[in-house]
Amino acid sequence: MASSAPPVELDPDELEEEEAFDSSSQASSTATSTLTWINWYTSLPGHDYFCDVHEDFIEDDFNLTGLQAMVPFFKEALEMILDVEPEEDSSKIPDVSIVESSAELLYGLVHQRFILTKVGLSCMVEKYEAGHFGACPRVFCHATPVLPCGRADMPGIDTVKLYCPNCGDIYTPPSSKYASVDGAFFGTTFSPLFFQQYPELLSAPFFATSNTNPQASSSSRVSPSESPVGGVTLTNPNTFGGQKPALGKVYVPRIYGFKVSERARSGPRMKWLRERPERFDDLDKVDWKGRFISDTNISDEKDDLMLGGGGAGKTKGRLFDDEDDEVDEEESEEEEEGGAGAGQTIASQAA
Amino acid sequence: MEDLSTGSESDYSNSWISWFLSTKGNEYFAEVDEDYILDRFNLTGLNGEVVQEYSRALNLITDNLDEESLDEDVREAVETSARFLYGLIHARYIVTSRGLSKMLEKYRKADFGRCPRVYCYQQPLLPVGLSDIPYQKAVKLYCPRCEDIYSPKSNRHGSIDGAYFGTTFPHMLFMVYPQMIPGKGQPVGSSSVADVNRSLANQQKDNNGAGPSSLGSGGISTSSVAVKAERYEPRIFGFKVNEDAKLHRWRTAKRDAQIARLENLEKEQGQPNL
Repeated sequence: MASSAPPVELDPDELEEEEAFDSSSQASSTATSTLTWINWYTSLPGHDYFCDVHEDFIEDDFNLTGLQAMVPFFKEALEMILDVEPEEDSSKIPDVSIVESSAELLYGLVHQRFILTKVGLSCMVEKYEAGHFGACPRVFCHATPVLPCGRADMPGIDTVKLYCPNCGDIYTPPSSKYASVDGAFFGTTFSPLFFQQYPELLSAPFFATSNTNPQASSSSRVSPSESPVGGVTLTNPNTFGGQKPALGKVYVPRIYGFKVSERARSGPRMKWLRERPERFDDLDKVDWKGRFISDTNISDEKDDLMLGGGGAGKTKGRLFDDEDDEVDEEESEEEEEGGAGAGQTIASQAA
Repeated sequence: MEDLSTGSESDYSNSWISWFLSTKGNEYFAEVDEDYILDRFNLTGLNGEVVQEYSRALNLITDNLDEESLDEDVREAVETSARFLYGLIHARYIVTSRGLSKMLEKYRKADFGRCPRVYCYQQPLLPVGLSDIPYQKAVKLYCPRCEDIYSPKSNRHGSIDGAYFGTTFPHMLFMVYPQMIPGKGQPVGSSSVADVNRSLANQQKDNNGAGPSSLGSGGISTSSVAVKAERYEPRIFGFKVNEDAKLHRWRTAKRDAQIARLENLEKEQGQPNL
């Protein structure tokens, strides 16, 4: 039955969808003059995550570099996508269905590249803001719109997943009709790059809980105007990072109103997965291996910070070097270590 | 006479409860034992003030109502009240030992769906309410692997009152059946069903010996399970994204701090946590 309904030719595992869409596929075969292959393909059920790749992008051979080796019947598939009438006799093609699946593969791979371009990103942000990709299923993400993403860049490895910019996690699409969409057609790079391009859609990595002790936030390095309690008007000092106030609520398991203790065997073990620091600078209290810089250091640093903030006399200059310019600090250390003599002379001169 | 009337009302099945359970959208509900409903003690606090048409609704649930004698409007009101009342009784019932074992059975069949999070590997979910007071919040689904809550996929389930399950239920279940707590990483035996079945076998053993002896098979410490949890790391052309990586590291530090805390505690007590 698959071969009897050109030009639709889906993978065997898409059979049910194909049946569901049989009527419209016939319609498309009659109205091929008005409907391009790309328009038709992206309107299929389950293909609504795809955007329309511009034809001039596909026509530029440079953009197809390397794809010839990955897609069988590359030339025929390309002609099909661009709705070019095949020039030669099509007798050497064993079955039109093979070209169909090649065209789908080729389109997917071109799509992966296209959505990383400026034009592609703007196409996708339109779809994103229209909610075409659905919403995060997590309750405390409050239906944050999600973005399709792949876990691999090579086709045939994994299906498409959905990335939530609030919890930073990936989810399986809610409908099985997306189970036949390859994740490589979106690629691993797309969703992080998308949110680099549109940081206003990405949640900030910190979240000030409403019951924060005001004392705690006042000791922060951030100026008071930037750190009101509540987190709504908090801005991310990292202009490349998420600018949207995070929806940072984390679920707390309770039995008859009492929190389940972490001492219990069934107690919470995964809170960290959703937690965020209250302030942006808390992120820097962790070293590159993912360990808290020891508590004594932190408290020292805090003291220093408060002194520095208060502008307390002679230690001020030195402290600012410490915090703001690590490179400077390293350099000065090197100087002290390497040229001890020189350092001493400077010190003595200063004295 | 009464038998006849109820028989004609429910062509589908013989009791109101089994009819209710077989209705589409009510797949999350367990069957509450009639004995439980008939024991007035279990209904403490449920009365005409809370549930309209309380006594008729109760009679309907227990198949003691002569519906023929009621006119259409009243019958409809009673029907609505009966669903409401059943939900409230259900919330109480599922935290009893019989209720828990019934819900466990449904959990094993994944009647409540599976976690949408990719790194939870199709973990079966459990229903949970965000409030024990009716008409506040719809039912949500708790994933014991990532310990987070999700909205049901279908609207039919998404509109069930969360109070019919209560805030306590899933956590009580894992208190009573700690052997059922899933691991945090990828399931060992490829399918999570195997995981569930294996833990059930353990549970059988455990039921024989209460107290300290249950330390033997099911008493494995859970303090460091979180290490195995997988996370998504966004990458652009293979490179980690600065801010995401920072948050990732911060969460790692939080995780390790908790593990250290729990392991210290274990050392102090000289035995795994219970």
